Parts: sequence; C-alpha cells; structure tokens
Amino acid sequence: MSEWWSYRPGDFLLFAPRTYWRLFELENAASWPLPLLALALGAGLLVLLRRPRRWSGRVVALALALAWAWVGWRFVGERYAAINWAAVYAAPLFYIQALLLAWFGAVRDGLNLSIPPRGSVRLGLALYAYALILHPLTALAAGRPLAGAEIAGIAPDPTAIATLGVLVMLPGGGVAGAVAGGVAGPLLAIPLAWCLMSGATLATMGAWQAWIPLAAAAVALAAWLRETFRPRSARAHPDA
Amino acid sequence: MSPTPMSPNPPSLTRRAMLAGALGAAAAAALPAAAARAGATRTIPATGAAIPAVGLGTWITFNVGADPVLRDRCTAVMAAFFEAGGGMIDSSPMYGSSQPVLGHGLERLGHPESLFSAEKVWTSSPGDGPAQIERSRRHWGVPRLDLVQVHNLVAWEGHLKTLRHMKEAGEIRHLGITTSHGRRHDALERIMRTEPVDFVQLTYNILDREAEDRLLPLARDRGLAVIVNRPFRQKALIRQFRGRPLPDWAAELGARSWAQFMLKFILSHPAVTVAIPATTRVEHLRENKAAALGPLPDAAARRRMAAWARDV
Repeated sequence: MSEWWSYRPGDFLLFAPRTYWRLFELENAASWPLPLLALALGAGLLVLLRRPRRWSGRVVALALALAWAWVGWRFVGERYAAINWAAVYAAPLFYIQALLLAWFGAVRDGLNLSIPPRGSVRLGLALYAYALILHPLTALAAGRPLAGAEIAGIAPDPTAIATLGVLVMLPGGGVAGAVAGGVAGPLLAIPLAWCLMSGATLATMGAWQAWIPLAAAAVALAAWLRETFRPRSARAHPDA
Repeated sequence: MSPTPMSPNPPSLTRRAMLAGALGAAAAAALPAAAARAGATRTIPATGAAIPAVGLGTWITFNVGADPVLRDRCTAVMAAFFEAGGGMIDSSPMYGSSQPVLGHGLERLGHPESLFSAEKVWTSSPGDGPAQIERSRRHWGVPRLDLVQVHNLVAWEGHLKTLRHMKEAGEIRHLGITTSHGRRHDALERIMRTEPVDFVQLTYNILDREAEDRLLPLARDRGLAVIVNRPFRQKALIRQFRGRPLPDWAAELGARSWAQFMLKFILSHPAVTVAIPATTRVEHLRENKAAALGPLPDAAARRRMAAWARDV
C-alpha cells in the first residue's frame, strides 16, 4: 500500500454504523431463544464465580470456551465477515481462544477460582457482571431496540469483557495457577486484542460505545499487571 | 449498458403507436427540461456510447450483508436510479457485500437495460485477476461487465494486461484504472500517458481540485472518460455545508441543495464523464440525478462556486 501515511482509520471502515448495529438484531432473531439461554447460563456462572466450588474453574472455562467458539463461528466468521472481510481473519482468533480456555481451564483445571475475596476478585466480578447485565442495555442507551442487545455468548464485545473479568480474578495474575508460568497471560491476549480492535472500529464509526471495550481492556490489563508483579509473598495464595 | 440483442420479430409500428410517438416527441420538444436533459448524458470517447452523467457509487452504502431490510432499501435506491435514467453503478470486490447486494437488486428489478456495470479488480496477484472478475460478474448476474478497472492501481501492470486481453476477446467492454483521495496522481498520470485505458477514476470535488491541474486536461487530450468518486468527500462536505443557506445565485444554476450545487460544479468540468455519488436514500438519489438536468455553470460561475465553497 503506497502513501500509507495518507490513510486514516475511516478509510478502512467498509460499512455504515446502521449496518453494524443491525447485525446484533439479526443475530439475536436468528438464534432465538439462544440469547435468553446465554443470559441464564451467564447468570449461573456469576453465581459460581461468587461462590466457587472445587469444580467451578472447569465449568466456567468450558462455558467460556463454548461461547468463544460460537461467537467466532456465528457472529464474527459469518455475520460480521459479510460486511467486513477483515473479520475472516479475526474468527480464527476466537477459535484459538476457545481451545486455550478448554485446554488450560477445563483439561488442566487452570482457572483456580477458590480464592478469598480481594480487590482483583471484586474487579473481575464487576467486569463480568457488567458484560452480562449492563452491556446489553447499551442498545437502549443508544436509542436502539433491545432486540439488538449485545449479549455475552452471542456478541463478541461482552464475551471478551466477561472473559477478561474471569481472568482478572485469578490469583497472582494466574502465576499461581495449575499451569507453570500462569494461565491468565496467554488467555488474556486475544480478549485484550479484540477489545482494542472493537474499540478502534467503534471510534471510527463515531460511536460513543467505543470507550467501553477500551476501558475494559485497560482495567483488565492494569489489574493483571498489578497481580503479576506484586511481590510473591503479598499474593493471595489460591488455597488460603 | 448491457448489450441488447435485436429482437427477431420487431413489434409492428401501428398507427396508434406512431401517433403516441409523435405526440410524445412534440411534447418533449416543447419542454425546456427536455432540452436540459441533453446535459444529463455524456459520451464515452473510446466507444462513442452515451452514458448518464450521474451514476451510483456503492462504497459503504451497499455493504449491508444479508440484512433483508437494508437490502430492500438498496433495491429501492436502484429502482429510483433506473427510473431516473440509470447508467453507471460502480462497485469493487473490496466493498464487502456490495456486489451480491447489487446482484440481488438487479435480479429483483429484472436487470434494467440502462445499467452500465462498472467493476474493479483488486488483488495483489495478477494471476488471481480473471477468477476475481468472473466472481464479480456472477454477483452482478450480467452476461459481461461494461467496465473493469484496476482498483487503486494495485498490481496495475499485470491487471491491465489481463484486461486488454479480456477486452479483445469481448469479455469486457471497457477497461480503466482508479485512484481516490488524491493519492498516487503521479503514477496515474504516467499510466494515462502510456497505457491504452478507456476510463480513469479519481477523486474530484469542489474542495479537492488537484485533478484540475494535470489529470483532467490530460484525460481530455487523450480521449479518456473520467469517473469522479467522492463528490461529497463521503458526506463530509454535506455535513460541513448543512445548515448554511445556498447563495442566491445558486437558483440561476438550478441548484436547490448543496448536493446539487457540488454535483453541478463537478459535472461542469468538460473532462468529467460521470460522477458516482453514493446514497442509501431514494430522495437523495433523485436529487443527485436531477443535478445533471438544467443549466451547468460556465467558467466564471465555477470560479464563483469554488470561492464560495472555500469560504463556507
């Protein structure tokens, strides 16, 4: 691409905002009543996150893995890719994230959620609860019908934000998890990258919602760095 | 304009039809608008074919995926376009789902004969060009594309070679090359001077006038048809001028809106063949089409218009 410096983000936006927001309405209608089921499942996971059992990590990881695979296939790879050819390249990231969650979280039992409440746990819960409950309501706040609500497990942004919330809750930034070197680090990369891409797209569209995925990414990254680089002695032990 | 096969059984010319035709001709001659319509079409230098001066762009506006509601709106815009004389619709493989949406609309409208299908080839590998062009043609559902352009000069040498062969074989009617946003004008000028292209597409509007210096005069000298993209800087100029009154003298030019004011400026350049504004609204489509009717500004009026736009 010559004269690349003369290009602006807007030059790469292939679709109108109206077309983008309609995608959620169409997907919710096409997959109905799955959006309701996703909300119910998300609420169940919230209960597990608040009062974790020994097997909670595996269940949460498996549910998130399914959500990433579904969203990658149905929304990103099919519906979004129809208006944005770049989404074809984003869909495999969703499949990779699903595999990472399934492997590290479900198979290796790396999401150790049996930890005492502390700052990062509360922050993670807040991020997760926002993605599940408040994010769908941004449709109403933007003057769009609730039928076009972005629902975790159906739409990519709330799915990524909910995942960031769960990962932020892991003790020691994941370093003390079952996988040597930590779980949260490798699992954070794709949700963070998606939030940045989505925020940039929404900003280019001139949508006020752009700050949401960007803020979620910033908060999650800051929390993870804080946990990771805290002195080892100061970290909450997962078995404490 | 897709080729229209001659009917083996032409309809017989009845007395009633002759009378209706004569009355129609007389009425058209009496209407000032009919005379003004002459300015609504231009001639393609390479073939001498006539083409309406206001076409239809599809960048962003027709990229609506499988959304049935938005597809219907696109079809409505196309219907209004053909009602107003039709002409060039321009698309590209780069424009997301615009091609299948166009094809959907054309099918619904019964493939109007006044269509001039303008496509692009957009791949860095010239070897992939023919397959991509064939995919585009299938999306449109036309027997052959009227024009295929090398999109943004991407791998232009290889693609132009392919397009020349396709034109010689009768697989496409015209070939061309595009740029936008005022980029790569030096390369475009070199190609215009040395390559046998029929069309050149570039950005030109009342504020982006760099093309006036060399490219538009060169196109006239070389007998190249000129397609103007971004006539409103993708709505930015409309937004910029919105809320400000048109100058009183705009009425003398027949401009009833800023969109018509800007389109008349573009169409009044003698080198310009077609402008391709994009829209999602039928009323805007009609407004754009009407800009080519009525008087167009002369050189003095053009200077006045440009100065006014600069000040706004």
